Amino acid sequence: MSALALRRWLVASTISCTLCVAQAAGMLTVCTESSPEGFDIAQYELSVTTDAAGIPLYDQLLRFEPGTTRVVPGLVERWDISADGLVYTLHLRKGVKFHTTPWFKPTRDFNADDVMFSINRMNDKSHPAYSAAKNGYVYWEGMSMRALIKSLDKLDDMTVRFTLTRPEAPFLADLAIQTIGSVFSAEYGTQLRKVGQLDKMNTEPVGTGPFVFKSYQKDAVIRYAANTAYWDGAPKVDTMIFAITLDPNVRLQRLKAGECLAGIGIKSESAHVFDQDANMTMVRSTPLQTNYLAPNAKRKYMSDKRFRQALWLALDKKTVIASVYGGIASPATSFLPPSMWGYDGSLPERHDVEQAKALVKASGYDGSELVLFARVGGASDAKRAAELMQADWASIGVKVRVQMMEIGELYKRAGKGEHDIVLLAWVSDNGDPDNFLTPNLSCAAVEGGGNKSQWCNKAFDEIIDAARKTADLKKRSELYAKAQRLVYDEVAVIPLISPTQMTALNKRVKGFVTSPFGNSDFRNVSVSP
Amino acid sequence: MVGFILRRLALVIPTFIGITLLAFSLIHLIPGDPVQVMAGERRLDPAFHAEVLHRLGLDRPLWEQYGSYLWKSMHLDLGESFVTHEAVWSEFLKLFPATVELSICALFMATVVGLLAGVLAAIKRGSVLDHGVMGLSLTGFSMPIFWWGLLLIMFCSVNMREWAPAWALPVSGRMALEFDIAPRTGFMLIDAWLSGEEGAFRSALSHLVLPAIVLGTVPLAVIARMTRSSMLEVLREDYVRTAKAKGLSPARVVFVHALRNALVPVITVIGLLVGTLLGGAVLTETIFSWPGIGKWLIDAISRRDYPVVQGGILITATLVIVVNLLVDLMYAVVNPRIRHAK
Repeated sequence: MSALALRRWLVASTISCTLCVAQAAGMLTVCTESSPEGFDIAQYELSVTTDAAGIPLYDQLLRFEPGTTRVVPGLVERWDISADGLVYTLHLRKGVKFHTTPWFKPTRDFNADDVMFSINRMNDKSHPAYSAAKNGYVYWEGMSMRALIKSLDKLDDMTVRFTLTRPEAPFLADLAIQTIGSVFSAEYGTQLRKVGQLDKMNTEPVGTGPFVFKSYQKDAVIRYAANTAYWDGAPKVDTMIFAITLDPNVRLQRLKAGECLAGIGIKSESAHVFDQDANMTMVRSTPLQTNYLAPNAKRKYMSDKRFRQALWLALDKKTVIASVYGGIASPATSFLPPSMWGYDGSLPERHDVEQAKALVKASGYDGSELVLFARVGGASDAKRAAELMQADWASIGVKVRVQMMEIGELYKRAGKGEHDIVLLAWVSDNGDPDNFLTPNLSCAAVEGGGNKSQWCNKAFDEIIDAARKTADLKKRSELYAKAQRLVYDEVAVIPLISPTQMTALNKRVKGFVTSPFGNSDFRNVSVSP
Repeated sequence: MVGFILRRLALVIPTFIGITLLAFSLIHLIPGDPVQVMAGERRLDPAFHAEVLHRLGLDRPLWEQYGSYLWKSMHLDLGESFVTHEAVWSEFLKLFPATVELSICALFMATVVGLLAGVLAAIKRGSVLDHGVMGLSLTGFSMPIFWWGLLLIMFCSVNMREWAPAWALPVSGRMALEFDIAPRTGFMLIDAWLSGEEGAFRSALSHLVLPAIVLGTVPLAVIARMTRSSMLEVLREDYVRTAKAKGLSPARVVFVHALRNALVPVITVIGLLVGTLLGGAVLTETIFSWPGIGKWLIDAISRRDYPVVQGGILITATLVIVVNLLVDLMYAVVNPRIRHAK
């Protein structure tokens, strides 16, 4: 190749490359942090799967109003609840169409058969489509839905009835959760079952959601086309593309270079980069999440409330926030996050090193070493946070060894009570305070390993039971205020921080609303030219 | 020669068994429960937990699990992913072309530039050029891949977009996002070419530049240093002096008489580097969002997806064995003293 030809070729290549960065009109490109586990959302629970598979593809029976935890109609238009809170009659929306794809052409609109199929395949192990999930429906089991639902009946083509085993105020909110309330086509399920390919629900998905699945190149790109027949109005972008970009620093560079218009999972330390960029906006939101310490109340010293209180008093949360969260988080005093209804904002922060030393002495602590479990990986630097707390506790004479471990191992060992203290985080599933308190602090959860504090208090159990059985929001709020005060007084957990979630957006992206559940919902987004 | 080949092949069998044992032990020794990873923070009913473990075959004794894995592996059955439920082979075959494509480009760049740099350094021994080339190759060899990758991205992609937009390279990925190229061969350059879409091939090529440079940096340094030392040795040989005395042009002496003989050890090193590139592209793939087997294995380890980890390691290691075997055979062909050695 001559020098001239080479130069021509290079210029042509680079011009072409510059053009390739320009985004096509109506195309939303999102840099996401990891590949989805699959596309059958009923099988999975990671937020990356919800963001990149669940939200675009599926509708739920009920939905959360964007940006809030308020339950509003979804594929269920209206509902009736019996006086005893045990029977829920759901009236379904008419005229909802399933996606038409090369692998499935629906012959009818959404109806009660699809609800029966979607729920029963998770709840009934003998259901022909149960085997679509080879590992079972882990989230359904984790939320103990089988124990809650007594029966599900089809009353007519557009009406179904749930009968519960006990009154459960958060039940409607449960039906708005992606992994529980998403609706799948019974007709498609039958088609796949006939040819013995139910597993294709996970690779060739069909939903009623705002976007239709086009293609997935493993670990690289997921492509969606707008569902122009969407019952709630067609999306404002023609195409939505998720570009899987594992490394947060590279995600940042892709956003700066304009290869992506939105970025999920941006680290708080990077916020300033976007604050200085005229083309970008950094959206900060407070998800329903609390990062906390669970002291094991069954361990020596930890069983003494004074010792647990001393641990809290010694903590310098401001330093943790500055060093680990880039200064972008707020200290927590209640186990419930501030943005959740029922939150008690009157609980004061505790930080008094001298009082902590006195309480340690009073507890009779003999200087023996305690073990703090913390996870490897995750959104924030748990190791650094653990080491800072270790130093705080050393200042009051409490010796703590930090033991880092992989998340599955941490839950397993902490569930068995092998820790003295464990550093954890909890994100709300359904926006209901019960979802924080019952799985993590009830006496029943001690046995199952969900209650990592191993703290069991009958009075607390009575309060949360009463709150779960009534639908009266005011009464529930009062009961949850009592419950939070009890948790605070007893130091059942040591709330650390309420983190801030970062989403970076190019200024061309309009209409993005943050989700309190920590998800990234781009359904209503538009892209200006 | 046949005896030599048989001896080398006999070594492959214990190596293969060793790899299966290592792959199995490594992932099972790391603490972690795949079922609990799936459940996240939620408590699982112990009966359900046991049921899933049983379904995955993880409730059997370890030796039994290993035996089953070894037996199936020998029948080319590597099982299916715990997470995606797709066959390990199928996932591997979707991702492997990306790794191969990147490795070939990186090795091509490293070989061409490395050989040239090594030859120039050898014939200009002791000059500024020699010291410069050797200094740069030492820097390249010692440089952390992650840092180097991010530096190139910042300079060639982000900053370049401000300084000279026409010369800016893409940050990551294999192809600009607006191109929806159906994978036919899995090799993006070929698929882009076959698609006939205007600009697709150039886009694929421009996406390869930075990852190939980053992945090829260490091999380039190794090849350059190896070529230089090998050339220096050969240039002192009598036959080179004779060639010069015969009045052959310097280029002919260097490239035909000297380089050809100096290449024997370099070929061996290049062969070994193929294995390193195939298995060691993890960081480069992570930095450049390159959907290859390195990234796939990292994800599988964090999700405790045992079949993927075991299968992925086994296939990659087997490929490295095969490449090394081929290099040994090639070396024996080039140098007859090797095949006659006991």
